[in-house]
Amino acid sequence: MNALLSELSKWLAATSLSHSIQTAGWIIPTLQTIHILSVAVVFASAMLVDFRMFRLFEREVPLPQVMQRFLPAIWPVLVILLLTGSLLIIAEPRRSLVNSTFQLKMLLLVIAIVLTATLQRGTAASPAFWEQDRGHRIAGRLVATASILVWSGILLAGRWIAYTQAG
Amino acid sequence: MSLFWNFIAYFEDSALADNIRENDNLFPLIESIHVVALCLVVGSIFMLDLRLLGLASTKRPVGRLANAILPVTWGAFAVAFITGFLMFMSNATKYLANGYFVAKMCLLLIAGLNMIVFHVISARDLPQWEKQASPPLRARLAGAFSILFWISIVACGRWIGFTMAPH
Repeated sequence: MNALLSELSKWLAATSLSHSIQTAGWIIPTLQTIHILSVAVVFASAMLVDFRMFRLFEREVPLPQVMQRFLPAIWPVLVILLLTGSLLIIAEPRRSLVNSTFQLKMLLLVIAIVLTATLQRGTAASPAFWEQDRGHRIAGRLVATASILVWSGILLAGRWIAYTQAG
Repeated sequence: MSLFWNFIAYFEDSALADNIRENDNLFPLIESIHVVALCLVVGSIFMLDLRLLGLASTKRPVGRLANAILPVTWGAFAVAFITGFLMFMSNATKYLANGYFVAKMCLLLIAGLNMIVFHVISARDLPQWEKQASPPLRARLAGAFSILFWISIVACGRWIGFTMAPH
């Protein structure tokens, strides 16, 4: 797997797109700025819904309404993250693809997407889903706790990529 | 002015600042926590700004939404401020000589002023319009400026990383 990623890094690093991004010094910080701003929107949206699961935020507003306000925006913004993230990988493939911190971040991202979709789908199936009884409330809070930890882990890993890159 | 520099020197020469400079993991750790906190600050402020612009949470009265979101924003801001100050004190003289750092601090002040002007002047008659989907122009302007300032703050923050000599 790592040998394959290493080959892919070499190939990407040799592309003209990679060269162009590297040569213009302003492109990488600009992409990173867009990436962080998008992370802020996704992270804050997920956190506010997670806080609502604990009744720590907007408790007088029904849960489906809070979710409807904050969760749908996550998916289109994730597409922006995928685009800016991909361009950053193309620019500096060796910094990320073969970096174990980056690989951990991608694993956490998959888990975070599953957790967020789980919260959204439960309420979509039935508005009272997460609050219908004690069992569902506890399950919902477990998912919310995992969501807080995993999304935070993604941000921590994202910053840590810069400190664990090869060469 | 010498009082200011004495103040800076007091922090920069402290044992804590020395530790942050010398320990390989301390600076990245503080920086990662800073990123998590600032994402929550910026993301949550954007949600309020989008409400002021009449683009999100339009069925929720502005005052109620602000009361729900601002404790999250300020809590995260406290963490971002402390971690930011710890990074600053590890290399205070160099940060003060960095144009992007100075610009970021000025922009933070301006964003704060924009918020104060909104609270003290523009939102004096909040109860009269807070239920409108689209608030009056002065509130929409406050929201638009806030988004603009915070995007600039994040951009300056990212540029500091590219213009400060590595530790």
